[in-house]
Amino acid sequence: MTAANARLRDLGTPPRDARQTELHADLNRAHVRFINLGKTYDGTVHALHGIDLAIQRGEVFGIIGRSGAGKSSLIRTINRLEQPSSGRVLIDQVDIGGFDEDHLVALRRRIGMIFQHFNLMSAKTVWQNVELPLRVAGVPKPQREQKVRELLELVGLQDKHKAYPAQLSGGQKQRVGIARSLVHDPEILLCDEATSALDPETTQSILGLLREINQRLGLTIVLITHEMAVIRDICDRVVVLEHGRIVEQGSVWQVFGNPQHDVSKTLLAPLQHGLPAELQNRLQPTPTSADAAVVLRLQFTGSDADEPDLAALFKALGGRVRLLQGGVERIQGHALGQLLLAVNGSPHSAEELRNRAANWAQRVEVLGHVV
Amino acid sequence: MWFDRLVQGAIDTLLMVGVSSLIALLVGIPLAVFLVTSDKGGIYEAPTLNRVLGAFVNLFRSIPFLILMVALIPFTRLIVGTTYGVWAAVVPLTIAATPFFARIAEVSLREVDHGLIEAAQAMGCRRWHIIWHVLLPEALPGIVGGFTITLVTMINSSAMAGAIGAGGLGDIAYRYGYQRFDTQIMLTVIVLLVVLVAVIQLGGDRLARVLNKR
Repeated sequence: MTAANARLRDLGTPPRDARQTELHADLNRAHVRFINLGKTYDGTVHALHGIDLAIQRGEVFGIIGRSGAGKSSLIRTINRLEQPSSGRVLIDQVDIGGFDEDHLVALRRRIGMIFQHFNLMSAKTVWQNVELPLRVAGVPKPQREQKVRELLELVGLQDKHKAYPAQLSGGQKQRVGIARSLVHDPEILLCDEATSALDPETTQSILGLLREINQRLGLTIVLITHEMAVIRDICDRVVVLEHGRIVEQGSVWQVFGNPQHDVSKTLLAPLQHGLPAELQNRLQPTPTSADAAVVLRLQFTGSDADEPDLAALFKALGGRVRLLQGGVERIQGHALGQLLLAVNGSPHSAEELRNRAANWAQRVEVLGHVV
Repeated sequence: MWFDRLVQGAIDTLLMVGVSSLIALLVGIPLAVFLVTSDKGGIYEAPTLNRVLGAFVNLFRSIPFLILMVALIPFTRLIVGTTYGVWAAVVPLTIAATPFFARIAEVSLREVDHGLIEAAQAMGCRRWHIIWHVLLPEALPGIVGGFTITLVTMINSSAMAGAIGAGGLGDIAYRYGYQRFDTQIMLTVIVLLVVLVAVIQLGGDRLARVLNKR
């Protein structure tokens, strides 16, 4: 079904309950929606528990969690590679729970998927791999050729079409995977740890390609990962899963700026800069001498769009202000970051310094004192 | 004179091995596909039928060929009308070769990465598409290797069949070499068999290597 048809159909069906529509407008427009979804293996292992979630059309939605948190199970319920034990999955408001093989095949052609280990057919060339979904769908040869050529061009592999997967690098294999996932012009792309087997540089190029696809083709991307950096670089919204439950969700800049749950904090830790170990060891809870410096941590959680004015900040603190650690990142147009400062010989008390710094940062902590 | 006999023997052996292996190939591959896909977690899950068929395959695999051949004599007579000659040997050879080959092919099919099946499902393949476009092509190098082993094993078994009246090189070696102490014929037969096996093994290995793109 084309997007135009889908829109017509949406207009043609009056909302069942007008009040509900008003209250939950975004829920009723959701592209993918999970309602109280649960998954149990062998009757005892609870992989997913009471998942309620709405993924909007055209957004890049991240699902993050430690291994075994249920990310894989959750993403696989969208194209029914995984059968939920309870609850419902709606795609374009249609419950896919009762789909038979014909409906499932049709559904899966609207949903592309790429994998951590690429899952390319080793006995087929790059061309044949990309062509396979079209062949099994009975698309005539001229159309197949045009589509495959178009997609190999999109992923930049037109000169590799005769190669076998074994002759490609990891990044190239994933590009073939992406081309293969897009041959049916899907509305949704599922990425199952798509960059976890790649080096950082290749990860960046693959994420860039996914971003481009999201913007150019307007498709909804749902990705799972255990790397916060992937979420930061590409996602609009994120949920954090732990033991099969959602423990935190929101816009990426909000979750990054102010993580609430321990799991989110743990996952974010590698991206945050701490105090240098040497300084950490010398840190005292109370000043041990008159010239001890106060160590402050200033955090910017992104509610202001601008980076802080450092000159004004330093002036307000008074004394000699040294920068120990600092970094500001821009995520979705919000400035997120932190500064670790050591303040010497200020006329103000530690408490007063904290209050003054609070005019520039959303959260200020006095970490301690160092000589 | 004995040269003609050797040529006839070689033709008979090739015929017995060729026909029985061909049938084993045609029946064994579907059997192997069924054993893999009907297993628990397979795409055509049917655990009970799988176990029954698996037990049958194991039954025939565990009977030594010499005994199987004798035990099958009434069945052979029913099928080909005689218990003597090349065609009578084809029956037990086929019955021995099919489960043998099916088990080897099954192993190759099982080794196909589950991720590939998942990818095929995700791209909208029907179950028979998965068999045709994923399982069989991916397992092909292993299946070719398995068929090579089956051919060699069948040459071995056909010599045994020769000893109870099937003809072929085994029959010649047994009658002239063993019963008449004709070392020359015995050695010739051995050389012929070694060459035959070497050619099959070499050809099979080469084909498997060409097909293997991993």
